[in-house]
Amino acid sequence: MVEPYDIFEYDVLIVGAGGAGLRAAISAKEAGCSVGVICKSLLGKAHTVMAEGGVAAALANMSSPDGAKEPDGWEVHFVDTMKGGAFLNNWRTVEIFTKEAPERVLELEQYGAVFDRTPEGAIAQRPFGGHKYRRLNHVGDRTGLELIRTLQDKAVGTGMNVHMEVTLTKLLLNDGRVVGAFGYYRETGKLVVFKAKAVVLATGGWGRMYRFTSNSWEGTGDGLMMAYEAGAELLDMEMIQFHPTGMIWPPSMRGILVTEGVRGEGGFLKNKNGERFMFNEDYTPALYKGQFAEEPEEGLRWLEDKKNNRRPPELLPRDVVSRAVYREVQAGRGCEHGGVYLDVTHRGAGYILKKLPSMHEQFHALGNLDITKEPMEVYPTVHYTMGGVRVSPEECATTVPGLYAAGEVAAGLHGANRLGGNSLSDIMVFGKRAGDAAAAFAKTQNSHGTIDESQIETELNTLLDPLTATEGENPYAIHQELQEEMQKNCMIAKTEEGLTHCLETIISLQGRAKRLKMSGGRIFNPGWHAARDVRFMLRTSEVITRCALLRKESRGAQWRIDYDHLDNEYWGKHNLISQKDGDAVKIEARLLDPLPPHLKVLFEETK
Amino acid sequence: MEKVTIKVFRGTPEEGEISTYETPTFPGMVVLDAIHYIQQNLEPSLACRWNCKAAKCGSCSAEVNGHPKLMCKSSIEEYPSGEITVTPLKTFPLVKDLVTDVSWNYRVSSRIPPLVPKPDAAGKPFNMQQIDVERVQEFRKCIECFLCQDVCHILREHDRTDAFYGPRQMVKLASLDMHPMDNLDRKESIKNDGGVGYCNITKCCTEVCPEHIHITDNAIIPLKERIADEYYDPIQGLLRKIGIIKRTTKQPFDSVPNEQTTVHSAR
Ligand code: SF4
Ligand code: SF4
Ligand code: FES
Repeated sequence: MVEPYDIFEYDVLIVGAGGAGLRAAISAKEAGCSVGVICKSLLGKAHTVMAEGGVAAALANMSSPDGAKEPDGWEVHFVDTMKGGAFLNNWRTVEIFTKEAPERVLELEQYGAVFDRTPEGAIAQRPFGGHKYRRLNHVGDRTGLELIRTLQDKAVGTGMNVHMEVTLTKLLLNDGRVVGAFGYYRETGKLVVFKAKAVVLATGGWGRMYRFTSNSWEGTGDGLMMAYEAGAELLDMEMIQFHPTGMIWPPSMRGILVTEGVRGEGGFLKNKNGERFMFNEDYTPALYKGQFAEEPEEGLRWLEDKKNNRRPPELLPRDVVSRAVYREVQAGRGCEHGGVYLDVTHRGAGYILKKLPSMHEQFHALGNLDITKEPMEVYPTVHYTMGGVRVSPEECATTVPGLYAAGEVAAGLHGANRLGGNSLSDIMVFGKRAGDAAAAFAKTQNSHGTIDESQIETELNTLLDPLTATEGENPYAIHQELQEEMQKNCMIAKTEEGLTHCLETIISLQGRAKRLKMSGGRIFNPGWHAARDVRFMLRTSEVITRCALLRKESRGAQWRIDYDHLDNEYWGKHNLISQKDGDAVKIEARLLDPLPPHLKVLFEETK
Repeated sequence: MEKVTIKVFRGTPEEGEISTYETPTFPGMVVLDAIHYIQQNLEPSLACRWNCKAAKCGSCSAEVNGHPKLMCKSSIEEYPSGEITVTPLKTFPLVKDLVTDVSWNYRVSSRIPPLVPKPDAAGKPFNMQQIDVERVQEFRKCIECFLCQDVCHILREHDRTDAFYGPRQMVKLASLDMHPMDNLDRKESIKNDGGVGYCNITKCCTEVCPEHIHITDNAIIPLKERIADEYYDPIQGLLRKIGIIKRTTKQPFDSVPNEQTTVHSAR
């Protein structure tokens, strides 16, 4: 007999309350469904708030000084996104995305978002790495906050049931269809079951298995693993994005991002000898040769005159800069704390305070560091997961009936590497589509499915055993060992040897994690929560490592030192698909859909 | 300082006490780092909220030496005595340790209808100048840390959650009422539901706001003035009567259906 639990019944259950979840909730409610929204934290605290730069959508609002509009459009955005993703993206997903992003941005304005304006009174757009034209609609450097608050206010205004600080750990199945989810209230530790006709997963990414990450405690892969356990296929799990400039010193700021804007405003990357190592021509890939300044003087002139000078190589794409930083540190030219310097002091205090006010404030308050006087110390940090649950482009349907996924937890849009600004439009375009599709599916179901108590019981035992165990390991200790191993062997530069070691460590940690022990009761006990989280993280890490081992090439975020080349013949045509197979992970290389002619021509036209 | 002494409230509404921990220090350390150190090494069940550790999400609110603060934005070096006391927000019901039940704030917020675009702006891109939106953008910097709600004496000492929405929601109301495209006549609701009249401009809220929003000067006082103009100004009233100035042309507050949102609480 299972202990008593609360039961709620909704037509559509939304798991996750970041941008994707909230946008899905609005759609499902507008379609006439009853909607429950599950937040792991408080409402409005999701990772979406961290996004700074902007939301990419080809509104083509910007004009050059001569008055001519920039000829942006979905076609150019399509080409940029496919190139950025090294062609591993699902072309249909990208097509839908680039066509619908402008509509979603304008709709957000109708919901109440207050974007910065152009002199003509339209939404202002800024340039960003990998985007051919100015395309990032923004509000200063807090676009993510604007987006989540707007969707939050619109969602509660549309009417729904919000359950805050609930952690779900299991999707409940009946006849292969998802019929609900099970979990606990963080506040009380009591159990709760949500019955639903359709479920939308919008649980975001996973970075907590790495030591250097910009992710909060929430990024443990629980949503992903619930889908995996339910039988869903995962896609591109080896593709994890590193942001080149995460803080590594002072230790209190480890992992916190320094926005690309610092380099955009003229910040230098330097090694311990004071050299601007990005000018080392070995670091510029052939694809970008001739497009960036080759002398520091030209880089400086670019700051004043963008038309007649090329931008400094510090502004190469994220994966390129990350690799260069890694190489400098490996070659012994890193700074004292194992990173490199990011220095903007030469721009002068007045300029920095005007152009980078929130960065200045953040460093001052959070790290006691004055960026007008001292350089920052940075190293690549885990930032975003391109891989995730495989979904259909149109409906965001996973391979499990009744289960939909949108946002960072889903995969297919970004391929091997995501362009900055594409994540905020991703969550709106596919949040809406997932909400619509889940509502339509729910309407085809006459009644809620039956809940199978035995599934709850199994999960309940897993959940509670750390509290009743007489002996076992501390989940924090296992988590720390996992972080060290992933950081060392499954980070930016990978090898067969390192990955094999990593996999062995993960498997041995999985064995140890079968017996965990935690003190304290069930009322808001983070140690107890950590016990469930670490098991999710171990399995997620296993899938990542296995995929990284299989992909014997370097593409986008995947960099294999032992296979340091693009293999367009085989790997350029295959995605890796992972699926649960009993206790094992089954991984298959599956052929990509070739680009259809109407999209292929875009690469000719936009050259 | 090699070590710092952290005194943390531990307990539930039924019982609790201040527990004392020693933690090592490191460069740039903030109070949240000390709490994390305790969680990971001394007392895994210590409850606190946090998400971003970058002063962007507003989760880690607590009282540090009696002052409402974001723990992730409170440098250890601000406390040279080497002794720091961390207690939960006093205004909200305690859950456990540093965690309080702030769900009331979300319930109140869900009673405020979102933007209702003016008929001629609905469904098409807005045309607004930067200068016209700047005022509203200040309010939209709010990270919902509820430190202002915690410090406001109307809620903290007088417990008037029944009568006053609190400074955070005044900021939200101002962001809507001053939005160039909003078409909803919110004045009556700001006065009657929101209870703006309860604020007696002590400015304590402004002082604690980590986003440096001028809550009193830029949000509350202008809201009070707008309402005074509407309700109490005899000259405006007269001019209105004889039709020289028109009454607000915005659509009435109750013309939008208030869809029911339920914010569930575990307890
Ligand atoms: S100024 Fe008004 S809202 Fe702010 S703390 Fe004082 S009474 Fe409260
Ligand atoms: S107005 Fe300031 S103090 Fe109040 S909730 Fe918002 S950010 Fe926090
Ligand atoms: S953790 Fe987000 S504000 Fe402190």
